[in-house]
Order: sequence, then C-alpha cells, then structure tokens
Amino acid sequence: MSLLDPVWTSLLYLAAAVFFILALRGLSSPRTARRGNLLGAFGALIAVVTVFLSSRLENIPWILAAIVVGSAVAAPVARRVKMTQMPQLVALFNGVGGGAAALVALLELSHTDDPWVRLAIVFTLLVGAVSFAGSGVTFAKLQELMTTRPVVFKGLPAVMGAVLLAAVAAGVAVILTGSGVLAVLLLALGLAAGILLVLPVGGADVPIVISLLNAFTGLAVAASGVVLGNVLLVVAGTLVGASGTILTRAMAAAMGRSVAGILFGAFRGGSTAGSMAVSERPVRSSSAEDVAVLLGYAQRVIIVPGYGLAVAQGQHTAAELALALEARGIEVDFAIHPVAGRMPGHMNVLLAEANVPYESLKEMGEINPQFKTADVALVVGANDVVNPAAKTSSGSPIYGMPILEVADARQVVFLKRSMRPGFAGIENDLLYEPQTSLLFGDAKDSLAQVLGAVKTL
Amino acid sequence: MDGMSLLTITVLAVFVGFEVVSKVSSTLHTPLMSGANAIHGIILVGAIIVAGQAADPWVLAVALLAVVLATANLVGGFVVTDRMLHMFHARKQVARKEGAGKVEGR
Repeated sequence: MSLLDPVWTSLLYLAAAVFFILALRGLSSPRTARRGNLLGAFGALIAVVTVFLSSRLENIPWILAAIVVGSAVAAPVARRVKMTQMPQLVALFNGVGGGAAALVALLELSHTDDPWVRLAIVFTLLVGAVSFAGSGVTFAKLQELMTTRPVVFKGLPAVMGAVLLAAVAAGVAVILTGSGVLAVLLLALGLAAGILLVLPVGGADVPIVISLLNAFTGLAVAASGVVLGNVLLVVAGTLVGASGTILTRAMAAAMGRSVAGILFGAFRGGSTAGSMAVSERPVRSSSAEDVAVLLGYAQRVIIVPGYGLAVAQGQHTAAELALALEARGIEVDFAIHPVAGRMPGHMNVLLAEANVPYESLKEMGEINPQFKTADVALVVGANDVVNPAAKTSSGSPIYGMPILEVADARQVVFLKRSMRPGFAGIENDLLYEPQTSLLFGDAKDSLAQVLGAVKTL
Repeated sequence: MDGMSLLTITVLAVFVGFEVVSKVSSTLHTPLMSGANAIHGIILVGAIIVAGQAADPWVLAVALLAVVLATANLVGGFVVTDRMLHMFHARKQVARKEGAGKVEGR
C-alpha cells in the first residue's frame, strides 16, 4: 500500500536533500557543526520514513529487522570507539556503504534492459566494490592488522592494469548482455582493484585515501540513484562525491602532496617507503626532572602533540601539564599540524576531548613564526610533522610537506617511545641537534613524570 | 524522470557540493569527512526499495544484507560524527581556570 502520492513523495525527498545541503554547510564551521550533523540525521530520517510510506513494499517485517540489526551493531560501536581509533571506524562505515550500493545495483540488473541504466549499474558495481575493498585495506592498515608500510611487489602495475582491463571488458559485456554471472565477476574484479589500489599507499597517506574512497562511495550512491530512478539518492550521492573530492584535495594540499602522487607514487618507487634503519649517532637523553626544569623556568612553551600522544591516551595528562605550567605564569600553546594524528583535524578532536580550550590550539600558519620566541618546544609523540627533511632533502619521501618549525625554538624536547622513525619511516635529523634533548618512554608516563616534577619545583 | 532532468540535477548538485565545503578549516576536516560519510548511508533508501520488491528468497537475503550495511553506515556515521563534535562543543562550557589543576575526562 502507499499512503503518499508521488507529489508528496517528491516534496519530502526534496526536503531531505535540502537538509543534507544544510548539514554539509553547517559542518564547515565550528559553531554550527554539531547542529549541521543533526540536520543531516533528520534529513535521513525523513527520507527513510518517506520510502516506507510511498512505495509498495513487501517483506516489511524483514526490512525493519535488518534495520534494527544494523543500528544495534553500529550505534554502540560508534558510541564506544576510542577517539584514537575513530579514523578506521569511519573507513569501515564508508566501506559498508559502498558495499550496500554495489549489492543494490547487482539486484536491479534483472529489472532493466535499458543500456543506460545498465551502464549506471556497472559503474555502481565497480566503484562500490572498489570502495568496499579499499576501505577494508585502510581499516587493516590503521588498526595495524597489517603493515602500515607500502606493500609493493614486482609487476603490481601490470596486475592492476590487467584487472582494470578485465573490469572494463566485463562491464561492456554486462551492458550488452545483462548477464548476472558477469556482473558478479565485475564485482569480484572491483574488489581486487580496490585492494590493489590501497596496498601500495604508505601509512601517512592513508587518511587521504579514506577521504577519496568516501567520495567514491558518494558517486556509487549517486549512480544507484540513476538505476532506481530516485532523485534523492542522485542528489545526496553527488553532494558527497563533490564535497569529498574537494576535501581530499584540501587534505593532500595540507600535506604538500598530490592525490595522484599518493595513489601512484609507490608504483614509481617514490612513495613513503623510507628505511627502518636506526642510526648509531649519539643523542642527548635526559630525565623527567631535567625536562621539568626546562619547562618550569621558561616563559613560553609550545607543545607539539602527535599520534604517539594519542595512542598513549596522554592527551589528558598533556592538558594537565599545560595547566600546571600556566599556573606558574608560563604562556603555553599547542601547535597543531594539519595532519597530526591519523586524519586532518584528528588532533583537534583528541585535545578537545581533554578539554584543552580552543584558543590554545594554534594552526600551523599561525604558530610557525612564534617558535622563534619560544623557550621550549615540547614534541610529544610526533616525528614526521617536525622533520626538517621535508624542507631540506629533496630526495626524502616527505619532501615538500609543510612542517612545524620547532627547530627555531631555543630548546627542543622530544618525548619518544624509541628511536624508531615515525609513521612515514624516515629518520629525523633534528633529534641529533645540540639544542635537542630526548626523554624516552610511553608519552603518557613521561608526561606524568614531568608533571610531577614540575609541581615540586 | 527523463535523462536530461537527471543530468541537470546532477550537475547542479556537483556545484552545490563544491560550494558548501570550499572554505572549511583543517580543524573540521575530520568531522566533515565523517558527516559526509554518514550522508551517503542514505543508500539505505535504495536498499529498502530493492528489499521491498524481492520475491525470491536469495534476492531478499542479499537485499537485507544491503539494508544492514547501509543502516550501519547511516546510523554509525551520524553517531560517531556527533560524538566528535560534542567534544568541540563541551570545551566552551568548561572554564579552564576553574579546573584548578584537575582536568576531567569527557
């Protein structure tokens, strides 16, 4: 039965589309971001209720049960996930969305003999499958279920080329024949292409790939809207595809890389495949008490947090240390590199979680000139984002990435777990400079020791 | 809907998509990506339509799998985005100096 006539259905879908646009716009500004997200959720609710009221649906109890299952799995995970693991969760949600779009397209194949609709089906199958498998690999990399380093093997470009050619051939065949078997083959080829696409991407570039796959899923959803003749899916999918593309470019620009360079860099051997070699050069290691004295008698301290701080769950201790220093009249700021953490903006989320006030979080462009006036730059669990190799050595994999100029500070203190290179796998020459001292250990433990020592000064 | 109107709508949506996010600061890249990720979970509408038309049990099974996946994308996406943004919001209410050295977790 359908309770709504087509005009009302269209109007409600239009309302949902408007809510999605308002959601994206709201999310672009800190003040309106949360409301924007809620508007998006409201738009989705309108759309789902509308589809139940407007279409002749069988199997409604089954469908409702499936929705309950999906919500019951996703909502608690989303609510409980540690904020450090949030990037891989977003990757996972993105992947299952792409998978759902591919399945929808697969099932619609038998309902059409229009070649244009079949073309849209082929596109959805392929892009949805790439997004599903690619997101799976990014999840495995971020969760460190597999190596975060680029996986390349001889003949990878040839294999990738063969898979893509076979996919194009299968796609053309599906358009001509409408064969379900070939469509499943196309799906399998899409999965293979997705895996091959992400395997050679180095760990530090994975966030950009998540954003790219997010845009892919958007395009797959838009194409599935063409398949089903559903305008809302077309609009929402296109919105995400377009905004996701812009966002991907913005993220890549923040890291001084090009999207093509990230995807195909490893093929040419120029990607983030640094060496794992640990140098034998001497470094100056110091104690928590020494660091506390440096910090406690400084006038201006800039803390540079990195992913090591996040994995150690040390953001709360870092916030406490900043408070203790400010109580001594010291000016303390946090310098946030655009890609600190695992995703652009990730570090802001983590420090906001620890109640560090927004005004203390300084973006790179704003804080870089201020390092010259800082007595101490305290680098906690960061490495690549302060590595001068990005400026000085043109052969380095991170060459060209903008960095935080911690070398300008009078003293530099690194809190590090070990001398192992960072996520990008490149050694940091700054560690061996005379103004640098190192305090080895888990970021949270080290911070707690320094905090304790500062309090006794 | 005829192909031409669909193309018109698509092209306009591309420009709207470009416009709404063109001036976003890097602070909000992560929540914005996550929010956009939730929005494409609207494929749930498509999955419901396909499941509602399924006559064959196998087709229904695959369609229901699509419904589960799409729901996970949609619901999980909005919930995790809200959690991230809640932290940005909570910050304003906490007067930091009053904390007197004690910083509460969220």
